Amino acid sequence: MNALGVVQILLFIAVLVALVKPLGTFMARVYDGERTFLSPVLEPIERGIYRLAGVRPSAESNWKRYALALLLFNFIGFVVVYLLQRLQGVLPLNPQGFAAVSPDSSFNTAVSFASNTNWQGYGGEATMSYLTQMLGLAVQNFVSAASGMAVLVAVIRGFARRRASEIGNFYVDLTRGTLYILLPLSLLLAVILMSQGVVQTFSAYNSVDLVEPVTISTPVKDAAGAPVLDATGNAVTKSEQVTQQTIPLGPAASQIAIKQLGTNGGGFFNVNSAHPFENPTPLANFLELLAILLIPAALCYTFGRMIGDTRQGWAILVAMLVIFVPLTFAGYAAEQSGNPRLEALVDQNASATQSGGNMEGKEVRFGIANSALWASATTAASNGSVNAMHDSFTPLGGLVPLWLMQLGEVVFGGIGSGLYGMLMYAVVAVFIGGLMVGRTPEYLGKKIEAYEVKMASIVILVPPLIVLVGTAIASVTPVAVSSVANPGVHGFSEILYAFSSAGNNNGSAFGGLSANTPFYNIALGIAMWASRYWLMIPVLALAGSLAAKKATAVTAGTLPTHTPLFITLLVGVVLMVGALTFVPALALGPIVEHLQMIAAGP
Amino acid sequence: MTTEAKPIPGLTPVEGMAPRPKVPFVTGQILRSAIWESFRKLDPRVQIRNPVMFVVFVGSILTTIIGIGAALGEITSEGSPGFILAVAVWLWLTVLFANFAEAVAEGRGKAQAATLRSMRRHVHAKKLFSNKKSEYHTVESGALRKGDVVLVETGDVIPADGEIIEGVASVNESAVTGESAPVLREAGGDFSSVTGGTRVLSDWILVRVTAREGEGFLDRMIAMVEGAKRGRTPNEIALSILLAMMTLVFLLATATLAPFSKFAVEAAGQGSVVTMTILIALLVCLIPTTIGALLSAIGIAGMDRMVRANVIATSGRAIEAAGDVDVLLLDKTGTITLGDRQASAFIPAPGVTEQELADVAQLASLADETPEGRSIMVLAKQKFQLRGRDLAATPHAFHKFTAQTRMSGVDIEGRRLRKGAADAVRKFIEEQGGSWPSKVSEAVDTVARAGSTPLVVAEGRRALGVVELRDIVKGGIRERFAELRQMGIKTIMVTGDNRLTAAAIAAEAGVDDFLAEATPEAKLELIRKNQAEGRLVAMCGDGTNDAPALAQADVAVAMNTGTQAAKEAGNMVDLDSNPTKLIEVVDVGKQMLVTRGALTTFSIANDVSKYFAIIPAAFAATYPALDALNVMQLATPQSAIMSAVIFNAIVIPALVPLALRGVKTRAASAAQLLRRNLLIYGLGGIVLPFIGIKGIDMLLSAVGAA
Repeated sequence: MNALGVVQILLFIAVLVALVKPLGTFMARVYDGERTFLSPVLEPIERGIYRLAGVRPSAESNWKRYALALLLFNFIGFVVVYLLQRLQGVLPLNPQGFAAVSPDSSFNTAVSFASNTNWQGYGGEATMSYLTQMLGLAVQNFVSAASGMAVLVAVIRGFARRRASEIGNFYVDLTRGTLYILLPLSLLLAVILMSQGVVQTFSAYNSVDLVEPVTISTPVKDAAGAPVLDATGNAVTKSEQVTQQTIPLGPAASQIAIKQLGTNGGGFFNVNSAHPFENPTPLANFLELLAILLIPAALCYTFGRMIGDTRQGWAILVAMLVIFVPLTFAGYAAEQSGNPRLEALVDQNASATQSGGNMEGKEVRFGIANSALWASATTAASNGSVNAMHDSFTPLGGLVPLWLMQLGEVVFGGIGSGLYGMLMYAVVAVFIGGLMVGRTPEYLGKKIEAYEVKMASIVILVPPLIVLVGTAIASVTPVAVSSVANPGVHGFSEILYAFSSAGNNNGSAFGGLSANTPFYNIALGIAMWASRYWLMIPVLALAGSLAAKKATAVTAGTLPTHTPLFITLLVGVVLMVGALTFVPALALGPIVEHLQMIAAGP
Repeated sequence: MTTEAKPIPGLTPVEGMAPRPKVPFVTGQILRSAIWESFRKLDPRVQIRNPVMFVVFVGSILTTIIGIGAALGEITSEGSPGFILAVAVWLWLTVLFANFAEAVAEGRGKAQAATLRSMRRHVHAKKLFSNKKSEYHTVESGALRKGDVVLVETGDVIPADGEIIEGVASVNESAVTGESAPVLREAGGDFSSVTGGTRVLSDWILVRVTAREGEGFLDRMIAMVEGAKRGRTPNEIALSILLAMMTLVFLLATATLAPFSKFAVEAAGQGSVVTMTILIALLVCLIPTTIGALLSAIGIAGMDRMVRANVIATSGRAIEAAGDVDVLLLDKTGTITLGDRQASAFIPAPGVTEQELADVAQLASLADETPEGRSIMVLAKQKFQLRGRDLAATPHAFHKFTAQTRMSGVDIEGRRLRKGAADAVRKFIEEQGGSWPSKVSEAVDTVARAGSTPLVVAEGRRALGVVELRDIVKGGIRERFAELRQMGIKTIMVTGDNRLTAAAIAAEAGVDDFLAEATPEAKLELIRKNQAEGRLVAMCGDGTNDAPALAQADVAVAMNTGTQAAKEAGNMVDLDSNPTKLIEVVDVGKQMLVTRGALTTFSIANDVSKYFAIIPAAFAATYPALDALNVMQLATPQSAIMSAVIFNAIVIPALVPLALRGVKTRAASAAQLLRRNLLIYGLGGIVLPFIGIKGIDMLLSAVGAA
């Protein structure tokens, strides 16, 4: 690690923390239905939407109806995205004339975007029409994010309310989250990104003349399209000079802004934020990084404000940072120290003229610190966008993003979903801690009893179940194993990473795994579907149960949940569950890879 | 409100009715029968009740089958039969140790129950068939029904729980309370209930049966200590769910290792797929067996501790709720202060000497048999050597204290001597045309403000002065309240005294708040108000007028001496009828939860070391580089796995004493308690097994078993 890299990471965290309170306050006002500075402009639109949809904004519902509304809305979103992909060939705004996407890939992508995962088995610029990108994917980028926030807000109301049966109106939460929070922030970010050179256009792809023409050899084919063979049986090739390159374009800036802000992560282009049109400059990189963690971090403050005790929100945020910061530096250190086996071949020391360390798969304009930071941020939050190739990281550098996902996407996590996941961990931490102080455990004045423990346990245990079982099936299924680019230990990491990503709704790809096959499209689709909605239902059930409870008084005998001690306990529970569940799998993947790397020497 | 039944002086305990003996912590007999029970509990129907231990049970069966198969040469892929069978033996021991822990806890309860049962015998009851006490049949106590009326005379054993409807008797209740001093029981009032199995020592009573045989007090006590009726408490259920979920996750984490291992073997081209035996061993080590094995023992031990404290709870739920109490309502008299007020000073009115006042006060108290009256006599004697006089020679008329006059005294030789409450005496004087000196009013106020009770003494139309009756605050109670405050429990003193008096005593005793001039309605209101603010309220009471408040309180301890109504309204009965017991009840409730929490934390923390022992051992053949994780430098893969399994098993019996005694709770805030327990059971739980497993591995190597 070097000073410049350390300073960049610390600066990023400082700016992030500074924005938590203002944005958090604003979001709390939005969800509490208060007036904000945007109300004069947006309120008429909001009212219009309700009138158009026939929603009575004052009518709140119990958790079951809330969950039903959410599931139905998400299901419709899934169907729309599926149909748009299948029919894009006959729909407008398709200047490249892309054909319909295959059924299994369409299924995978539709689930992926509806569930806020944004796992991409396809390559954007070679597959999706502008219409599909805008009307299908970008719309889901907004509403899947707003759905996650809506569930969170329902849980917060569960804590805040006493003896209530209603936890809110899903349509109002969805509308306000999209209209007041996601749209304005995306608009702002999109405009700034465009100033940095991110493209935003409806034009067809451009062809430009190459400065240096390139000569390639291509096989000669006969009239039937079969390769022509020479007398010895080898394919006949001919030299061809390439003088032009196709430059993919599109309405990218608008989609990139929300993909970062909404912890979506689905890139407009295949290489995501490593692409110069998606992430052109260091400033764009900094802002996109910030956008990944901005809302998840600020929601902690929103939570504190809405339950009437901001210390509780800060405590959760600190717990997240206590996990995030050391892991980020661990990843950075691993990448900067490079590969000992290459020591004799390559100079890996940082100097004034080179960044040193392991630069494979990284963009020179970002360097190691910003690539490692992005890798941590994008996997801590369930964003999944990348600005470097995680597959090319050192074993430990790759372990960091892998484990961050396996922690259940609760360190920042998906917007809304990360915090409600973390609150489930807090419920379990409070339960164990509460027993240890000799009282029926209570969190934020609500008694934690068998029902809450059951729901929280389900939420915590379902993702590991999906990840482990999925990986187990794939690692012994020949068709799945054949998709692995690097057989051996690293291949196992690739499979584990894919299921960790899908099973926790992250969506980032390690790379090296040809995942656009029916097996992975369907298996990962099911994983994304299950982990998103099987968690939302118990979370909402818990919210309903909490809302119905009366509040207990706080005394010296109550376990305080805003102190360093509780933060330690919470972090301990998150790390213990993550470690105890995944250590065997990690030992057979990145850990043994690392040990082999350092053991064998150059 | 009085709270203690007074032992009758002069009656000594009767031979042949020994107090209920205390059962020692663990006897050889309990241990022997527990070992036998451990095997009996191998019944799958028993095992399935505990999901964690059931997994171990199934694992034991599987490894045994594999081991036998390997020994017979039928199974070759699992490694040496000796190793597999050794693992199987230790897995069986793990199950047996868990059974043993439960059996020891139950055994202690059974020993308690046996002594209780020996107290209960079938007796002949004199069942009335008319409303005359001479007309009765003699029937077996078992034939009595609720509502029957029985006659119990000197020397008879009371055949069933009931309420006295006529008569008064002294009763030896040592069979249930362990207290040998006899107590007075009489019809009406707060001392009217009697317990089956106790013996009438003098006089006779008519008792209406309130519980038939088998449903009485002694029976409830027996059922409770035997654990027969022990329903699982809410927190225990919640914890079981968490443990079951964790078991499920570990089951997945280990089961998926088989395919992972297959992939690894193919990738590395060496080693062999991890065996079923090793996976089962790993699984058993990871799942929370320590807490799973001890969970029910902790619950039974909690009940047991209550019985030892002479408190009968109607359910385990009530004990657990005691740990959550935020507010304690404590009666002043008998709980905070000694039962009786004592005369401590004579304050004469202007123109009256102190001795004159003492003399009249003593005369007025001659017929006053209350402890207060006697204490006036004692004080007069101490200060002025005034002896009690015999009035037999002089014509005199005593005036007893009544609720209407609120005075008592004597008319002698034309002198009308009275003592009583200030306003009553004032009325008495003014009715006779006398005047009320302002100095007396001042003295009354001064005394009341100091927390004492003023009694005004008058002779005819003249007020002579004030006698101060002091409440004596019990020694050590102030410190106890300070501890409770630290634990976040608020104490409220309840008294019938006026505000001034109550405030002074509250300050002296160090309670947080007080309710003065308390009526049953005010008490009920206070409980409701606290509950509405989200607090859990505990109280104790004995009188029928306490019943509504007892029923409203979350934790309600009825005094055994109290009325049947009070006992039915409460959810615990204190056999010692000691209101201070409430504090102990809270302790026991907390201890039960703390013990469970601490052992859960310990159990999970243990897993870290087990990974370090087993993962390198299981995969070293495939990936030799993983040996770097063998930080304990365990001798061989086999000994590493054996050591982890053995440690996992022996930690259960090693922690049985802790589970039975309970983790020590201390007066500390929640934050202090959490820090302490996290350090001991969390951090300690991580470190200890590293040492333990290494130690066992060295032992195995030393005996050549590695």
